[in-house]
Amino acid sequence: MEVLKIATAGSVDDGKSTLIGRILYDTKSLTSDKLEAIEKTSKQKGYDYLDFSLATDGLVAEREQGITIDVAHIYFSTAKKSYIIADTPGHVEYTRNMVTGASTSQAAIILIDARKGVIEQTNRHFFINNLLRVKDVIVAINKMDLVDFSEERYNEIKADFSTLMAKRDYQDQHITFIPVSALKGDNVVNKSENTPWYSGQTLLEHLEDLDKKDIYNTGTPRFPVQYVIRPKTEDFHDFRGFAGKVYGGELSVGDEVVALPSQTKSRIKEIYFYDKKYQTASRRSSVTITLEDEINVSRGDMIVKVGDLPTIDKQFTANISWMDSEKLEPGNKYVVQHGVNKVLAKVEAINHKINPDYSGIDTDVKALGMNDIAEVTFKLNKPIFFDAFKKHRTNGSFILIDTKTNNTVGAGFIQ
Amino acid sequence: MKDTSHINPLESEAIYIIREVAAQFEKPVLLFSGGKDSITLVRLAQKAFWPAKIPFPLMHIDTGHNFPETIEFRDKLVKELGLELIVRNVQDSIDQGKVKEESGRYSSRNSLQTTTLLDAIEEFKFDACIGGARRDEEKARAKERIFSVRDDFGQWDEKKQRPELFDMLNGQIELGQNVRCFPISNWTELDVWSYIEKEKIEIPSIYFAHKRKIFLRDGLIWSHSDYVYQEEDEEVIERMVRFRTVGDMSCTAAVFSDAADIASVVQEIRDSSISERGARIDDKRSEAAMEKRKQQGYF
Ligand SMILES: Nc1nc2c(ncn2[C@@H]2O[C@H](COP(=O)(O)OP(=O)(O)OP(=O)(O)O)[C@@H](O)[C@H]2O)c(=O)[nH]1
Ligand SMILES: [Mg+2]
Repeated sequence: MEVLKIATAGSVDDGKSTLIGRILYDTKSLTSDKLEAIEKTSKQKGYDYLDFSLATDGLVAEREQGITIDVAHIYFSTAKKSYIIADTPGHVEYTRNMVTGASTSQAAIILIDARKGVIEQTNRHFFINNLLRVKDVIVAINKMDLVDFSEERYNEIKADFSTLMAKRDYQDQHITFIPVSALKGDNVVNKSENTPWYSGQTLLEHLEDLDKKDIYNTGTPRFPVQYVIRPKTEDFHDFRGFAGKVYGGELSVGDEVVALPSQTKSRIKEIYFYDKKYQTASRRSSVTITLEDEINVSRGDMIVKVGDLPTIDKQFTANISWMDSEKLEPGNKYVVQHGVNKVLAKVEAINHKINPDYSGIDTDVKALGMNDIAEVTFKLNKPIFFDAFKKHRTNGSFILIDTKTNNTVGAGFIQ
Repeated sequence: MKDTSHINPLESEAIYIIREVAAQFEKPVLLFSGGKDSITLVRLAQKAFWPAKIPFPLMHIDTGHNFPETIEFRDKLVKELGLELIVRNVQDSIDQGKVKEESGRYSSRNSLQTTTLLDAIEEFKFDACIGGARRDEEKARAKERIFSVRDDFGQWDEKKQRPELFDMLNGQIELGQNVRCFPISNWTELDVWSYIEKEKIEIPSIYFAHKRKIFLRDGLIWSHSDYVYQEEDEEVIERMVRFRTVGDMSCTAAVFSDAADIASVVQEIRDSSISERGARIDDKRSEAAMEKRKQQGYF
């Protein structure tokens, strides 16, 4: 079964929650009790239409204010795929939630209010989705019902957006434009009669057609060891299995491998998933591997193929998305969690701040505040084994943990 | 088989999360209710550590008003798999005067579990509790993180949740805090049932259609039992029913069903037009029922 993870983006009130509610409604994924609750609340609020955003805005404060405050994960499936959609808040204050949503998604839907067109938030959201190398971006030009389904307006917005696209760093990102009305349902699941000038797919048709190989980032195989399995039972007296998830590429029995940081070589002896043996461990599967030789491997170490080593270094430069109200300043210390590996890190320098509206960079920066994006150089107390984020989405990313509060305060993408 | 590409990505994700819990925490525990979600978790945990044993105990917060079938099943499973089981009773919390039994038409011990759970966490110094909650169950649950940090009082602050990026899970906590961990966050009800079918996992008999003494109230099917308050004019009838979710007898409603085996249950879920929580009496109390319970430390 295929699972497609999607994040939404767009400014406050652009209609993200409504769009998701509409998808649920039109795919008949809303159960009768949930639909009843929406009908009841819509009526109470005095609306003459169904407020589908009520399907996702689950917190009391959200329903009171009519905005999304925290990411919600929504599930539905068609005969072809299972979908997980992250409904993210549009408020600037919650940009970090958008970064979070984009980090786990293979596709993103950016909404634009057709009356407002491309605004600063659109720049920001497009920038973030490009920075995080989300492979497929759908620009849904929403509220077309409020601009009389005007083709001219649609083309105007499309042209504005295209000037942004020219500036993006990750040029291979696939971008599709769709005119929709989330509220009325035009071109969301069903083709609209109001847009005869639009010959493309509806939003759902597009998602249904996305091919696995087009949306998953691949690279070379990386196997971070999560857990060492030593049963010490009679039947498995000498069993020493390395449990983890395979990222990037696949690993097979017989592959010559190196364990990092020790750089000891060995060969893959067995690959287990539960009690069954396999020849090959595919990408994204959680397996247990045994090696031919008794070598010392523990949690946080990494098994890779011979001749295909990542960078091993105590220093790196990365783009950071800062998510905390406490400032990041040179000299500050954080825990860097890179996959399942943790090391202590010191901020060496803030090289520059990046303006997410593509207006350039600021080089004279003393500190980073909430929602800032910047290039930062770190020094570590131990080497880690990383790839550039461009080459390896998992092995090139990390999170920053505050040593005092233990909170996750930032995310980084290694250059 | 040749390669592992046929493996459900949700299963790999859940195994990854369970391994992270075992690796990042000193004293994890799996909260076991005897329901299908926690039974699924046990299977996933077996897979995560095979051929070694599951490296943490199971804990059941027993309301004393469970379906007897669930308790029988629990004891059998624990014995067969050689697992360690801790049981803590809501009755004890009542006897100690820590909570007060509800009375009347909608009385239930469901929300009383919170106190017993928090006391048990404190007693055993558990720093991580693995639970079978899913985001598709309820709209406040849809906001829950995979690693959800609770303060000393077990409370959930929805505004202070940690961002979760890629699949990195931050389990660092202060002394006294604990983390609720949800490996099947991204599964839907149908995913769970399909998995139970595919893996041929045994589940308590009440999930399948059986004849039961029931009564109807507010459009829901209630079990006729000593534990469930019933008005005199609420007539007892006998019907073929089954349960879609299993909690306390007083808060779990049945559905009319003829689905007597797992294949028909899966089909019934597929065709169903009402959600699983639609049969939870505790959620019908108010629109924000779940959010409120979670803030107080409920699972
Ligand atoms: N006319 C019209 N109104 C729409 C459309 N889509 C959304 N709306 C309305 O716009 C308002 C905001 O919609 P939401 O779905 O809550 O917006 P959102 O993007 O989720 O907002 P945040 O989550 O707060 O960022 C609501 O009143 C919707 O009914 C549309 O296609 N046409
Ligand atoms: Mg919203």
